[in-house]
Amino acid sequence: MWGRKPRCVIRTKMASCSFEDVLAKAERDEAEKLKGITVSKELDLEFDPGNLLAFDKNRIDTREFKDCKREDFLRSLARDNTQLLINEMWKLPTERVEEVIVAKLPDPTTLLPREKPAPKPKPPTKWEQFAKLKGIQKKKKTNLVWDEVHKEWRRRWGYKRAKDDTKEWLIEVPENADPNEDQFNKRNKAKKERVARNEYNRLKNIARAQKIKVPGMGLAPTPRQSKAELAQAVNVAKISTASVGKFQDNLPKEKTPKNTGRKRKFQPLIGDFSSEKQKQLDLLKVMDSKKPRLDVTKAVNKQMREEDMESRHKNKKDFGKKGRRGKMSGKGKGKAGGKGKGPKGKGRKPQMKQGKR
Amino acid sequence: ASGRDRVSKAKTRRSKRFLQSRQPKLTEDQKSSMIIRGGNTSQTVSQALKDVYALKKPNAVLYKRKNMVRPFDDSTALEFFSKKSDCSLFLFGSHNKKRPNNLIFGRMFDFHVLDMFELGIERFVSLRDVKTDTCPEGTKPLLVFAGELFETDREHQRLRSLLTDFFCGPRVSAVRLAGLEHVLHFTALEGKIYMRSYKVLLKKSGCRTPRIQLQDMGPSFDFVMRRNHMASDDLYKTAHRQPRGVKPKKKKNISHDAFGTRLGRLHMQNSRSPQENKSAYVSLRTEKQN
Repeated sequence: MWGRKPRCVIRTKMASCSFEDVLAKAERDEAEKLKGITVSKELDLEFDPGNLLAFDKNRIDTREFKDCKREDFLRSLARDNTQLLINEMWKLPTERVEEVIVAKLPDPTTLLPREKPAPKPKPPTKWEQFAKLKGIQKKKKTNLVWDEVHKEWRRRWGYKRAKDDTKEWLIEVPENADPNEDQFNKRNKAKKERVARNEYNRLKNIARAQKIKVPGMGLAPTPRQSKAELAQAVNVAKISTASVGKFQDNLPKEKTPKNTGRKRKFQPLIGDFSSEKQKQLDLLKVMDSKKPRLDVTKAVNKQMREEDMESRHKNKKDFGKKGRRGKMSGKGKGKAGGKGKGPKGKGRKPQMKQGKR
Repeated sequence: ASGRDRVSKAKTRRSKRFLQSRQPKLTEDQKSSMIIRGGNTSQTVSQALKDVYALKKPNAVLYKRKNMVRPFDDSTALEFFSKKSDCSLFLFGSHNKKRPNNLIFGRMFDFHVLDMFELGIERFVSLRDVKTDTCPEGTKPLLVFAGELFETDREHQRLRSLLTDFFCGPRVSAVRLAGLEHVLHFTALEGKIYMRSYKVLLKKSGCRTPRIQLQDMGPSFDFVMRRNHMASDDLYKTAHRQPRGVKPKKKKNISHDAFGTRLGRLHMQNSRSPQENKSAYVSLRTEKQN
């Protein structure tokens, strides 16, 4: 028993020594490993991995900066800071994307100003308001439509569309329509009017969205209207009722304008007998004659207008071929003569037949 | 929705896409920068502008022709350029006797100048002079700012924000660990700012994280602070305002305790009035007595 005890004691002591040694050795090994990447700093850096940004608040020793070579000092400082930043980056969760190890970045913490202000929600258009009110949903339409005539799938609108009514060579005249009316022209005009109305409504929607005041009907689109224009617009609005303004009350200080209406001048009842006689004889002569009378001003204006139209169409045709030719001025005035009102409707040139469509 | 507010509609789909790309968005794309040459530039300034352009390609435009603009006097010309090229960051380089080798870094908000900082180049080493291999174009650089001036001085703080905005690349959700090759280091010391650009070499270390070695690369500048124009506080605040859709909505009445369990909170209506309680109490008492 005496012999054994010391042996036991020694053995346990040795075991404890080696255990501590092992631990110490492990610690030293770890320290060795991390030696390469540890950097000691007074203050910890502030990191923003989302932006790959690091900020070092530590004081820089200006003496050291001036003593040793500048570039080396800066490079070593940069190396230390970059090492710390890289350590931080390696702590982020990684994943493997197409045989490449990629670190997932968190959201950036430094707030940077925006480029443009945030988009504002747009106010709904007139149609959108109505649709919301009625509960109308937008229906997604198919891109292609089956065209029976050509027996193929064609697009819903645009070039070579399914039901293209501009390509029709025959239009049936409806029962209640004038047989002399040009149906093709009518269709074109209706289309132009639809386009114009669509554009007008689009602009009104924009004006409403941007809260721009637009003058109402009857006024020029300029922001400043003259007194006369406004007065005229007021008068027009007043008589735009079913009873032509007869039952419209006046505003407190408004006076009903007198002397409105077309000015007519009448000859006195008992005046110049000879001129009255001449007038009556002329009237009878016109009624008797077989040939209708020619209103020269009107005829000339009409002719000028037609020639202008022709030259314009011809120009449009030659556009692609010969390029711009500069403005081809018509016969001087063009429409400047206007629809001259000659002596009151005594005779008219017979209505010219509608030209080729 | 973008084309809705234009009086003149876009005639082609391509032009429509172009206009839509320039509309304000909820989360913005990377900011483009315009690098403008001023009325008179020295060799240093011209080379400096070219180097910064090389760093910032492809999200940069370089206006090489002389532009007689004085940004601090009249910024309308800059704002016009910004609107036309859709760039919110700018770098304007000029040289005259009073301010030699001048660079003005600036940024815009809503096509109006937000901040402008005039920095004079005291020493410049160009990309060409440093004969080492560079990293590929468009790598997102690591940015490091050193010096307590960047924290304490208000102007330096703003300059730090501006430089971060200028040099940080696109916003990415993940980055290739081996691709962290470029580092830009800014040191603020005694009113001067030293900008250095290094190539990062990842060396083997004992553990997973590599040991860094830096190699001189790219342009290096020694800047001295000259004039500046900082935005007013409320304009600065407005510029930082984020739209509603971006911030994740905080869920109310939900909390997490120390163990990570999710706790909720219910608000009960107090349905029992004190009088009711009294009557119940009274009845109990009578019962007891019985």
